Amino acid sequence: MNPILEVKNLTKNFGAVVAAGDINVDIYENEIIAVIGSNGAGKTTFVNMVTGYLKPSSGKILFEDADITAYPPRKVTRAGICRSFQIAQLFPELSVLENMMIAFSLTASRWPSVLQPLRNNKTAENSFTVLKNFNIDMYANDPVASLAQGVRKLLDIAMAMVSKPSLLLLDEPTSGVAIEEKFELMDTVMNGVLQSGASTMFIEHDMDIVERYANRVIAFYEGRIIADGPTAEVLQEPTVKEFIVGEDIAHQEGGGLNA
Amino acid sequence: MPEKNFNITIIAATLLLITVGFILPGWLTFLTISILAKALVVVGVAVLMRGGIVSFGQGLYYCIGAYAVGLGGKFLGITDLLGLMFLALVAGLVSGSLLGLLMKRYREIFFAMFSLALSMILFGVLSKSQLLGSTDGFTIVKPTILGATLSTDNANHAIYIFACLLSGIVIWLGQRYLRSPMGFAGEALRDNEVRVEYLGVAPETIIYTKYLIASVTASLGGGLMALTLGHIGPEMAYWSQSGEFIFIALLGGTSHIAAPFVGTAVFEFIRTFALELAPNAWQIILGVVLIFIIIFFPSGIWSLFSSLKEKLRSGESGSPSKTPSVDLKKGDS
Repeated sequence: MNPILEVKNLTKNFGAVVAAGDINVDIYENEIIAVIGSNGAGKTTFVNMVTGYLKPSSGKILFEDADITAYPPRKVTRAGICRSFQIAQLFPELSVLENMMIAFSLTASRWPSVLQPLRNNKTAENSFTVLKNFNIDMYANDPVASLAQGVRKLLDIAMAMVSKPSLLLLDEPTSGVAIEEKFELMDTVMNGVLQSGASTMFIEHDMDIVERYANRVIAFYEGRIIADGPTAEVLQEPTVKEFIVGEDIAHQEGGGLNA
Repeated sequence: MPEKNFNITIIAATLLLITVGFILPGWLTFLTISILAKALVVVGVAVLMRGGIVSFGQGLYYCIGAYAVGLGGKFLGITDLLGLMFLALVAGLVSGSLLGLLMKRYREIFFAMFSLALSMILFGVLSKSQLLGSTDGFTIVKPTILGATLSTDNANHAIYIFACLLSGIVIWLGQRYLRSPMGFAGEALRDNEVRVEYLGVAPETIIYTKYLIASVTASLGGGLMALTLGHIGPEMAYWSQSGEFIFIALLGGTSHIAAPFVGTAVFEFIRTFALELAPNAWQIILGVVLIFIIIFFPSGIWSLFSSLKEKLRSGESGSPSKTPSVDLKKGDS
């Protein structure tokens, strides 16, 4: 089976600092991958490079056999890779439904219509369906600015799902969400994602969530991948335990932020 | 407002304005055309502002439209009102589509300063051009209507009717644009450019569309003003003229496509009467009015209509509906 995403020798330097060095990753269809690592390990840099937000210093990114290394974010999205953000990227002045309708309209065409109304039955129906899949349809008419963090996260992911991506990258989907609501949120996310059949890679600090939802784990440390394999195996690796899991547990015990 | 009601309102308002024109005194006809002409420019300024960008150089297209009308009559021998206004439209479209390729890359103060610089370049070029009357400008031909030569009064009335129809069409098209995916995308861009990009659309495309709309409406406004005044000059591209358009946009607000028309009407009436009352201090009166508007109506005069509408709506439906809460909303944010 050919991988849908091939990352070859990907490196990103910020001056003398190596934010990500010599990253090699293959992602296959239907995989659910957790990316773990302490703060500054290079996880978000990696996701930012794959989604076109950062230009790699060197290396190659192939998606479905096309070289997307130099693609801007909009071309990466159109190629079939979508993402959500650590801080939900929404349109706070508009309602939840309007956010979804804009997502549908903009993903439908590079040149959105200038004279056809945004609010039409078909777009509204499609938007409601996605909102329902993510259990946030009851907020449809609420302004985004008034929403709780968990709902914002779900809307952010729901909007990323609109273009039916082959690969979905979620940057810390549970960050900023109360501990007791994390599993509920991830259940909703995974339910929505699994319906689409997209491969999913999510950055996560909470090892309970990683164990429960991921079938593969990639562990980052100081800009490099130190382990990559089935969840149970990677989480038992001594280096992962020492540099990532241990640190993460310490954070949780201290009540610190998993940023 | 539902689309059908909006269409009826626009048609009724346009017909009413045309009908009223038959009994208006000459000075008021002139003032109304000036209001509509400037409002067309302000519509473009407001469309840009809704996307989070401010043009300090909309006088550029105002001037281009006016000179297109002037040059069409002077060098091409075109005298027909529709023909001259078509020239203004084409001039705005062509210049806007070319300069838009540059402007779409800029945001915030850079966009504002770049637009200002372009308008001042045009001002400088026209001021130095002897052929085009230098700083004095030149008088333009009296327009004919579908081949007929009319008296000055009748010609002015024809321009008035045309201005009303043009404004009606611009409001109708403008409202359709604001309610379209591209219109909403403009607002979305102001809120979050990163998300727009990750939905697969280039923010530059949205800015370019806005810029094109603004350049065309400004050119039409300039053409209309040229026909009304019968004279054009480079001061139409001067920075203070562009500043006036921003002033009016703030005065009227940007929340509705008709807001620039209300803002321009208020502005022109205040200026007219302030000039009567205090010929040497009318700017002070205008300044005080703007301060008053910013303090009490930061979203512009149109916000008065919006809040009135909201009150009427909530009065009809009783207390506002409550959104059902779910667990996710509990305990965070």
